[in-house]
Amino acid sequence: MQEFTLQAPTNLGSAARLAATPHASFIAGGTDLMQLWKNNVNPATLVVDLDAVGAPLRGITVDAQGLRIGALMTMAEVADHPEVKRQVPALSQALLAAASPQIRNMGTIGGNLLQRTRCGYFRDTGFACNKRAPGSGCPAIPGENRELAILGGSDHCIATHPSDAPVALMAARASLQIHGTDNAPRSVALADFYRLPGSTPHLETVLRPGDVITAILIPAAPANMRATYVKVRDRQSYAYALASVAAGVDMQGGVIREARLAAGGVGTRPWRLDTVEAALAGKQPSDAVFAAAAARAADGAHPHSQNAFKVRLLQQTVRAALHSVTA
Amino acid sequence: MFIGQPITRQDGRLKVTGEARYAAEFSLPDCAHAVLVQSTIAAGRVVAFDTAEAERMPGVLAIITDQNAGALNQKKASAQTVTRPLLQGTRIFYNGQHVAVAVADTFERATAAAAAVRVSYAPSEAVTVMDESHLGRAYKPQDFRDGKKNPDTSRGSPEARFESAPVKIDQTYETPVEHHNPMEPHATIAAWTGGKLAVWTATQGISGAQETLASAFGLEQSDVTVICPYVGGGFGCKGNTWPPAIFAAMAAKHVGRPVKLVVTRSQMFTSNGYRPATIQKIKLGAETNGKLISVQHHGFTQMSDPTLPEFAEPVAVCTEMLYACKNVAVSHRLVPVNQGTPTYMRAPGESTGMFAVESAMDELSYALKMDPLALRLANYAERDEHADVPFASKALRQCYSEAADQFGWHRRNPEPGSMKDGRILVGWGMATSTYPTNRRPCMARVVMRSDGTVLVQSGTQDLGTGTYTIMAQCTADSLGVDITRVSAQLGDSRFPAAPVSGGSATAASIIPAIEAAVAKLRGNLAQMAAVDPRFAKVAPADIKLAGFEVTAPGIRVPVQELMARAGTRELGAEAEAAPGGDYKGYSKQAFGAQFVEVRVDPDFGTIRVSRVVSAFDVGRLLNTKTGRSQLLGGIVFGIGMALQEETLIDRASGRIVNSNIADYHVPVNADVPQIDVIAIDAPDNITGALGAKGIGELPMVGVAPAIANAVFHATGKRVRRLPIRVEDVLT
Repeated sequence: MQEFTLQAPTNLGSAARLAATPHASFIAGGTDLMQLWKNNVNPATLVVDLDAVGAPLRGITVDAQGLRIGALMTMAEVADHPEVKRQVPALSQALLAAASPQIRNMGTIGGNLLQRTRCGYFRDTGFACNKRAPGSGCPAIPGENRELAILGGSDHCIATHPSDAPVALMAARASLQIHGTDNAPRSVALADFYRLPGSTPHLETVLRPGDVITAILIPAAPANMRATYVKVRDRQSYAYALASVAAGVDMQGGVIREARLAAGGVGTRPWRLDTVEAALAGKQPSDAVFAAAAARAADGAHPHSQNAFKVRLLQQTVRAALHSVTA
Repeated sequence: MFIGQPITRQDGRLKVTGEARYAAEFSLPDCAHAVLVQSTIAAGRVVAFDTAEAERMPGVLAIITDQNAGALNQKKASAQTVTRPLLQGTRIFYNGQHVAVAVADTFERATAAAAAVRVSYAPSEAVTVMDESHLGRAYKPQDFRDGKKNPDTSRGSPEARFESAPVKIDQTYETPVEHHNPMEPHATIAAWTGGKLAVWTATQGISGAQETLASAFGLEQSDVTVICPYVGGGFGCKGNTWPPAIFAAMAAKHVGRPVKLVVTRSQMFTSNGYRPATIQKIKLGAETNGKLISVQHHGFTQMSDPTLPEFAEPVAVCTEMLYACKNVAVSHRLVPVNQGTPTYMRAPGESTGMFAVESAMDELSYALKMDPLALRLANYAERDEHADVPFASKALRQCYSEAADQFGWHRRNPEPGSMKDGRILVGWGMATSTYPTNRRPCMARVVMRSDGTVLVQSGTQDLGTGTYTIMAQCTADSLGVDITRVSAQLGDSRFPAAPVSGGSATAASIIPAIEAAVAKLRGNLAQMAAVDPRFAKVAPADIKLAGFEVTAPGIRVPVQELMARAGTRELGAEAEAAPGGDYKGYSKQAFGAQFVEVRVDPDFGTIRVSRVVSAFDVGRLLNTKTGRSQLLGGIVFGIGMALQEETLIDRASGRIVNSNIADYHVPVNADVPQIDVIAIDAPDNITGALGAKGIGELPMVGVAPAIANAVFHATGKRVRRLPIRVEDVLT
C-alpha cells in the first residue's frame, strides 16, 4: 500500500477535476478499492472521497418515468427501498444475494457497477495480467479458469464481471447519469457502458478520466415489475455467482409481450440475453418454450478447460428463472 | 462435580468484549514492523536483489535478505521445528517462498517497502501440482509419524485374496490441497533484552516455539520466553514454529528494537503449511455376505522438495484397524512437487483417508446390495487387529445404533434418486469416524492462596477449545472447591512445561498433570499438618484435604492457619504426569458415526447439507457445553471439506490463485443445517484422564464420505474427488 493523499471535494465539478489527474481514484464505500489497494493492484496516490459531494449523489426519487437512484446510496439502502422492491424487484433481490450485510452497508450502488473482477490472476501482482499490466499476458486462460467467463472473452482476457446488481439493471434497461470534467451531464445506457475486453482489457467502461457516475435511472416498465433474480453459487451466501439470471416479463392475455433477461457470472460484462428475449416474445409460457429460449442463452459461448459446465448451468438458470417469473 | 457439566467458557466474555489479547495485539514501546517478501517463481534461485529503492523509502529500517540475515542454527530442535527455508540461501523451492523481510517504523511503510524490493531470478523447471502422471516419482517417507511407525504394513495375503474375492471394489480417490485459514493470522512480536529473547506469538506449541527459537539463535532455552494467552484458531497450522516467527526475532535483532510481524491472509497460504493433496488407491474384496476378505489402501501424498522437512499425510493408518479383516495392506508414498512444506490439518490422515475408505465401503455396499450400516456392522472390529491388542474402550456399535435411530436410517430407500422432495433430490449417507486418543507428558502447578482462591497454571495452549475452562473444572473437582474460586493461566513458557496442542491431546495431557499437582499439594499439606500440635496424635494417612480445610477425625483446620504458621500466603505444588502402566497394552481410539442428509437441486447441481445426526464415543465429555461446540465445529469443518475447501494452484507457475477468504470458501452460517450430536457416555478408564478421549479432530472425520455417499444416494453419481461441486452432479 503506497502513501496517498485524500481529498474530499464538496461539489461534482471539483471531484471531476481532481479525479482527472494521473493516479487518482474515487472512493465511495471502499469495499473493493481497499482490497485492490492492499494488494498493490490499484496504484492510486490521490484518493477523491465522494462523500462530501452529498445531495447530487444521494436519494432515491420516483416519477412517472421511473426511478432515479443516487450513486452513493448503499447497496442495503437500495435493496430495502419500497419503490425499488415494487418497480424493480430483481434489483433488490440481486443486491441481497450479493456480499454480506456488513459489505452491503458500506458498498454503494455506483461502486458496485465498477467492482473489479475476482479473477485471482488480476488480483495478485505476482502474475502477469493484461487487465492490470497491459501486454503482460494472460495465464488465466490456460490456468484456473473455472470461475471465468464463457461469454465476451478474448485471447487477452476472460475475466468475469463479478457484480450482481448490474445484471438486474441491464435487464431493466437502466441508464447512468454521468458528470464529467466538462461539467455537462450526460446519460449512457448501461448496455453501452461496459466494454468487451478485446485487446484492451484494462479499459472496462466508457468512463473518461474524472467522470463521476451520479445516478442510475430505471425506466418504469411492466417487465421490470414482474421480475426475479436467480443466482447459483458454490455456497449458500457470500459467494460470487457461477451463473445468475435476472428475468422479467410483461404478460398480456397469457402471452409474453416482452421479456427482459441478463446473466451474471458468465460474461466479461453483465450479459444481455437478447436472443433469449427474442425467442420468448409473443409466446405462451411453457417448459418447451422456456427450454428452447434458454438454449440460446449461451449463443457464442467459448468455454475453457474448467468451465464448460457454465454453458449448461446458464441455460438451466435461465429456464428456472423463467418458470419462477411466470409462475 | 464440575467435570461433565455444561460450564460456560471462562474466556468467553473476554473474547466477545475484545479484552482477550492475542499475539499481535500486545504493544511494546518503539516497536517496528516487518513484512515478508515472497518469491514469484516456483523453482530456481535468486540471482540478485535490488533493494535500493526500498531502502530509500520513508521509515525503512532494514531490508533483510539471505545476504544480511546472518547464520542461523538449522538443527531440528523439536518436532515442531521448521528448519528450512530460512533466508539461508538463494535456492527457491516454491512460489511464495519467503525471500526477504522489510522492516520499517510503521506497518504501512514496511508493506510499501516490501512491494518495492526487486528480485531477479534464474528459474528452473518445476512440477507444481501432483497428479497421476507423477506417481512414478513417489518415494517412501523417511520419518513417518516421527519415525514411530512403518509407512507400509501388511497382514495376511491381501493381494491374492483380493483377486479371488467374489465382490470387489478397486477405485482411486483424491483430495485437494487445503489451507487451515484460522481467523487469527500468524503473528509474532519479538523483543531482545540483553541477549535474551521474548516473543508473543500465535502458536499451538509454546514449548516447541521456545526450543526452536533458542536453537535457531544459539540461546539457552531458559533465555527465550514465549507468551501466547489466546489462539484464534490453529487447526494444525500453528503446531510448528514456522519461519515468520524466526524472522520476527531475526529482524528485531537486526534493527535493535522490538519487531512485530503479522503474516497477511494471502501470505498465510505459503507461510505455515497446508493439507497436502492426496491420491488414494483402495481395493476392497468381500464375500457375498459382506465380510471383508481383503483391504488395501495405498496413499500418495504431496510433499515439498525432499530436502525440506518431511510431512506425510498418514491417510491409511486408520485403515489398519478400522474393520475386522485378516488380509490388509497399507502404504504411504510421497510425491515431491514445488510447493511449501505440508503439515497437520485437523484430523491429518483420518479426514482424508476415511474419505477414501468410507466412500469405497459405500460402493461395496451397493455392489453387495447391502445396507451400508449393516455392512459396517458385519465387519465390526472387536479388537485392534493391526496392533493385536484390545481397544481401551470402543462404543462404536452404540454410536451406530443411536445415531441411526435418531436419524431415521431404517426409512431409507437405498435406490439412488428414489427419495425426492418435489423436484429436489434427497440423499442419505453415512460413514464411520475414528481418531486416536493421544496423551503426552505434561506439567502443571496448583496454588492455594490465603484469600481462599486457587490458581492453576500450565504452559499449555487454548486454541479456542476450552482449555482454560477444563483446567478450572478439573482443579475445582480435585481440590473440592467451587469453580468460581479457581483461575486458570496458560500460554506462557515460564509456567510448567506442556506439550504441543495437537492430535486432540491437550485435555488428556493436562488433566493428569493437574491431578498430580493436587496430589502433591495434598501431600505437602499433610506434612505441614503433621507438625501441627492439633494433628500430633493423628496417623498421617488420616489427614485429608477437603477444599480449604485440613481434616482428621474430629479435627478441622483451615489451610490458611497452616499457611500463617508457615509464614506464607500461598502454597503451591508442581508435578508432571506421563502415560504409563496399562497405557501401552491397548489400542486407544475414539469413534463415531456420521449420518447426513443432502438435498440436491437437479437443475443447478447445488448440494445442500440439510441434516446431520452424529454420535461420538469420546469417552467422558468433560464439558458438555464447550465439548458440544467442538463436536459441532468439527462437523462444520467436514462440510467445508466435502463441498467447498480447495486451494487453487496455477499449474504453470505453482502460484496459488485463491489466497483470500472471499475466494477460498469455508461454510457460512447458511450452509450449516440442523446438527444433532450425541455424546455416548462411555468413560475410557485406560487413558487416565477422567475417562476422556480427545474430541478436537474426531467430529470432522467421516463427514466428507457421509456427504459423498449421500450425494450418490441422491443422484446416482459417485464423486471420488473433493470438493464435490455443482459440475459433478449437474444433469
